[in-house]
Amino acid sequence: MESGEGKVFRFGDDVDTDLIIAARYLNTSDPAALASHVMEDADPGFAKAVSAGDVIVAGKNFGCGSSREHAPIAIKAAGVRCVVAKSFARIFFRNAFNMGLPILECPEADQIPAGARVRVDFDAGTVTDLSSQKTWQANPIPPFMQELVAAGGLLPRVREKLASGS
Amino acid sequence: MGMTISQKILAAHAGKKEVAPGELVTARVDVALGNDITAPIAIDKFYEAGAKKVFDPSRVVLVPDHFTPNKDILSAMQVKKVREFAKEQGLVHWYEGGRCGVEHVLLPEKGIVVSGDLVIGADSHTCTYGALGAFATGVGSTDLAAAMATGEVWLKVPETLRLVFSGELPEWVEGKDLILHAIGEIGVDGALYMAMEFCGDAVDSLSMAGRFTMANMAIEAGGKAGMFAPDEKTREYEAGRALREPVYLESDPDAEYARTVEYDVSKLEPVVAFPHLPENVRPVSRAGDVVIDQAVIGSCTNGRIEDLRTAAKVLSGRSVHPNVRCIVLPATPAVYRQALAEGLLETFVDAGAVVGPPTCGPCLGGHMGILAEGERAVATTNRNFVGRMGHPQSEVYLANPAVAAASAVAGRIVSPRDL
Repeated sequence: MESGEGKVFRFGDDVDTDLIIAARYLNTSDPAALASHVMEDADPGFAKAVSAGDVIVAGKNFGCGSSREHAPIAIKAAGVRCVVAKSFARIFFRNAFNMGLPILECPEADQIPAGARVRVDFDAGTVTDLSSQKTWQANPIPPFMQELVAAGGLLPRVREKLASGS
Repeated sequence: MGMTISQKILAAHAGKKEVAPGELVTARVDVALGNDITAPIAIDKFYEAGAKKVFDPSRVVLVPDHFTPNKDILSAMQVKKVREFAKEQGLVHWYEGGRCGVEHVLLPEKGIVVSGDLVIGADSHTCTYGALGAFATGVGSTDLAAAMATGEVWLKVPETLRLVFSGELPEWVEGKDLILHAIGEIGVDGALYMAMEFCGDAVDSLSMAGRFTMANMAIEAGGKAGMFAPDEKTREYEAGRALREPVYLESDPDAEYARTVEYDVSKLEPVVAFPHLPENVRPVSRAGDVVIDQAVIGSCTNGRIEDLRTAAKVLSGRSVHPNVRCIVLPATPAVYRQALAEGLLETFVDAGAVVGPPTCGPCLGGHMGILAEGERAVATTNRNFVGRMGHPQSEVYLANPAVAAASAVAGRIVSPRDL
């Protein structure tokens, strides 16, 4: 998780995984192909407009619906630094940590303005608007999830486990 | 303090005497499931993690049901990849062509999942098996890869939301209406991170099919699992089909619940979930004038033989409206064969419906019933998100099989009572 700056792209409540990546594109798992259609049915211009390091900000229950890991893969491959939402649906939450897409649960995500340039600080768990200097605090990342992040996701843990023969 | 059925299953699979909500456990899985969309990524990650053999070839189950019969070259390539993995690993449960069905109907039917199991599936509707009293939950492809390699999964023990349904079910009101009604009340994140536990005399009176429908849609309220306590109907269902010995568990009387909600079903009527969230629920009598272009009867939610019998009862001696494509998809080969034997398929064809193969196809906008811009469908499926069945400007209305069949006849959303 790399702290840094980016532009805010705002979405509403209950952004489902079909909005993040529509099923009609799931005949491939190629990250670049998925990224070219990311958020298409919510904002058809998003995939072209987003730049590396930008930030998705949304309301409650982000990532509800399908278990498709193509959703966080598409977001990550589009260069999005992090998703900040009031809450996350549980499978999306798991998937993001397992495959290494940084996410922050921030009760005041609604207040972060669309189009703002923000700095995301993962150590402090904060999002700061660079023009107004207003800062929003995200909920702490649970210790187990921090360990997952530090390990580089779930796979390195599996590799370790297999190597140790346990 | 007593434990819920979910706690008991998780404790048993984590090798613990008891577990409490909020606790993180590493648990042994009885079945790990994937499909033609989620398994290809899991297979890549499996090898990336350095794994060579799956933990148990009889407990890793791969069902290519989403874009099959293969809809295009890319889909065929994905299925090919899964097939090659299944063969290489010697998987016992690999189904294709005329042996393949919609995964969440197929696995219970074949006795691959049994009561008391802990199941993870890289498909969000894995929660369906809660109808058997199995703790079953959807995960992503990386979790599936880890489970295929190690036979284990990490899980947070969930709190439980208890939903009590009382009263006698009115005519044409089914499990689908109970779960949609509940989602309409608590919202699409009303059970976020929680296990839902369904009980009450109305639930006891439901067939296994109705219970599978309800458990199936727990995820549409954000639920981690949708649990039922096994009873005589469960035992009867599993008799002669369970491939392993079921373990029948129920929640302790003093188990702790996050919340209990109660519904009187005796005054309910069939309901419809309007676009674009399953929580937008209205009684069918207040649906207004919703003209439809398509009706889809099938899926892991409502593609069982009981569902087809209901649809056939409505369609028998009637004709699908000339402006409507009515698509019936029996969920498995066994359902298909049974519908054939009972003359249901003939009823559908006589009414002007088309009977397709077992597939998830149209439910997720895959194929075999895609909507054009501005078109509307009533469907017995589980999601009505934007673009779910096709064009981003199309609409899906969720309903039970009787309402879907009646609407196919009327050309607009109606109750079977209105025909």
